[in-house]
Amino acid sequence: MGKNINEVWIFIEQRSGKAAEVSFELLSKGRKLADKLKGTLKAVVIGSGIKEIAQETFRYGVKECLMIDHLELKDYKTIPYSRIMIDLVSKFKPRIVLYGATVIGRDLAPRVASYTRSGLTADCTDLQISDVTYLRKNYKDLLLQIRPAFGGNIIATIIAPDVPIQMATVREGVMENLPLQTAEKGKIVNISYTPDRIDQMIKIIERHQEDNKINLKNSPIIVAGGYGMGSREKFKILYKLAHVIGGEIAGSRAAVDAGFISHERQVGQTGITVRPKLYVACGISGAIQHRAGMQDSNKIIAINVDPEAPIFDVCHYGIVGDVMEVIPKLIEVYKHKLK
Amino acid sequence: MNYRMIVLVKQVPDTANISGQVMKPDGTVNRAMLSAVFNPEDKVALELALQMRDNYGGEIIALTMGPPKASELLRECLYMGADRVVLISDRKFAGADTLATSYVLSEAIKKIGSYDMIFAGRQAIDGDTAQVGPQTAEKLEIPQITYAEKIIEAQKKKITIRRRIDGGHEILECPLPVLITVIKDAAIPRPFRAKRVMAFKNARSLVELEKMVEENSLLYLEDLREEYISRSLFIETLTMDELRIEQARCGLHGSPTKVFKIESVILGGGEHIKIEPTNEGMGILVEKLMDDHIFG
Repeated sequence: MGKNINEVWIFIEQRSGKAAEVSFELLSKGRKLADKLKGTLKAVVIGSGIKEIAQETFRYGVKECLMIDHLELKDYKTIPYSRIMIDLVSKFKPRIVLYGATVIGRDLAPRVASYTRSGLTADCTDLQISDVTYLRKNYKDLLLQIRPAFGGNIIATIIAPDVPIQMATVREGVMENLPLQTAEKGKIVNISYTPDRIDQMIKIIERHQEDNKINLKNSPIIVAGGYGMGSREKFKILYKLAHVIGGEIAGSRAAVDAGFISHERQVGQTGITVRPKLYVACGISGAIQHRAGMQDSNKIIAINVDPEAPIFDVCHYGIVGDVMEVIPKLIEVYKHKLK
Repeated sequence: MNYRMIVLVKQVPDTANISGQVMKPDGTVNRAMLSAVFNPEDKVALELALQMRDNYGGEIIALTMGPPKASELLRECLYMGADRVVLISDRKFAGADTLATSYVLSEAIKKIGSYDMIFAGRQAIDGDTAQVGPQTAEKLEIPQITYAEKIIEAQKKKITIRRRIDGGHEILECPLPVLITVIKDAAIPRPFRAKRVMAFKNARSLVELEKMVEENSLLYLEDLREEYISRSLFIETLTMDELRIEQARCGLHGSPTKVFKIESVILGGGEHIKIEPTNEGMGILVEKLMDDHIFG
C-alpha cells in the first residue's frame, strides 16, 4: 500500500455494531468525489465484530476497507479512536477524509485534524471538486467545502489549498444515500490495534442510548414552526394540524432555542435535513440554515404574517397571514373535504 | 480541593439577532452593525467553573483570543466572578481558523501554567464548528469531554461527567487534567454581581490604556499601567512575542482553511402560488394538494 494522493476516505461510524446512516450518505458522495479525482474510495471502520459493516461499504463502491476490529474498541472513545485515525491518516495521507457531523464525528475529526494539521470544515452542505485560482496561484482538484455562515446570511466556500489533507464533516440527511446496483469487489484490510494504557484513561460508567424514536427523516408530511409562533402554548396548534393531516412535528432553530420544541425535532443546517412530500412552514422566516434542511421538500406551504419573509422564496404555496387564524381554517376545510 | 480552572471564552457577533440593516445592499455583511455578545455556551462554561469553585474551592482564569474590543468580554467574566482574566491579542492572530486558534490558545495555556480543568462552550454561534475545544485538548495532549451536560462528582484527581451523545447520554470518569466543552443546558449563567461590576468596571487592558494615553497628553503609559496593576484593574494581555510562538502557525497564515468565496444568499424568484388566508383559500389549497396526491 503506497501513498496515494487521490484517496477519499470515509470514517464509518458505528454504534453498538450498527453503522450510522450518515456514513452511507458520505460514501455515496465520496464515490462521486473519488471519480472526479480519478482516485480511490476507501472506508475506515473501527469497532468490535464489524466485518458486516465493512462488507456493506462495498455496495457503495469502496475498493478497500480499513478495518480495526478489537474487543476494546467496541464503543467509541476519543483517545483510542483518534489515536488510530491519526496513525492511519499520517501513514497513508489520503487527499480527503469525511466524517458525519454527529457527536462522535465532531469529537473525533478536530482531534485528528489538529494532530495532522489538516484543514477541517464543519457541517458542510455541499462538497465539490474543482480547479481553483486563489491569491494568483493555481490549484488542481481542490475540495470545495460549502456551508452557510454568519447567521446564514452568506454561503461560504472554504478551501484548504496548501495542506495535503482536506477534511470535512457533514450532517446526516444532507447527502443522498445512493448504493450501487452491483457491489464493488472490494477487499478488507485488517489493521492491527495495540492497546495502550492511555486508551483506558476515560472509563465509560454508563451509557444510555436508543435509536431515535422521532423519525422526521422518513415522515411524508412535516409541520414545522418557527420563532414567529410566539409561544410554546401557541405552538400546540401545530400538533393539532399534524395530527389531522398525519404528519410529524418539527421546528426551526429559533423555535428550539426559544424552548417551543425539543432539539431532536430541529430542522436545518444544525439539525435534521428532510425531504418530505409536504412541508408546512409556520411562522418560519426562512433563514438559509433552515432552508438548507428543508428546501428539497416535494411541496412547501409557507404561512407567515410578513410577506417579505424569505421562506416565500422557496415555497410552492404561500399564505400571508396569522398562523393562529390560518391553521384552524385549514384544519376545518381539510376535515370537510376529506371526511 | 482548590482546582485551578481555565475557561475559554469568545466574543461573537450576535448572529441570532440579525436585522435587515446588517446586510449591505450588495449582499455582504456589515460587521459594524452587529453587536458583540458573550458566546452563550462559553458563558455556561464559566458558570459551570464558578459552581465548581463554589463547591470545591479554587481559582478561575478566563482566557480569550480576540481584538482589543474583547476586553469587554473579560470585564463581564470578572463581573460574574472570574478571579483572573487574560486577553490574547495581536494583529498577527487575525484571520485564524480553528487550527491556528487552538495553537495560540494552547500555547497561552502552557504559559499560564498548570491547571486541573479547562472549560469551554461546545461551539461559538458565529461558526458553529465545535472544533476549537478538541483541537486545543489535542495540542495540550490531554483528554477531552465534549457535549458535557452535568458534573456528577469531582475528586482530587478525577472527575465524573454526564455528556450528551446522539440518542442519549453517557457518564464518563476521567482523570485530571481534562478539557470539557459544555452544552447550553448544562447550567444557567448567574447575573453580574453589582459589587463586582462596581469593582471591575474600570478594569482595562494594555491596549485600552494606550488609547487613554493617546487621548490625554497628561498621562504616561508606564505610570498608568503601574497604577492599574496596583489597583488590580489591569487586564493582562499576551501578544505573539510574549508567547514566543511560531508566526507561521498563527492567524491567516497558520490557517489551513481559507474562505475562497462568499456569496450572499440568492433569494429565489418567489414563484409560488399565493393562497388567501380565508376558508376559500384553504379550499383551493387542499384541492391542489389532493391533485398533487399529497392529501387524500
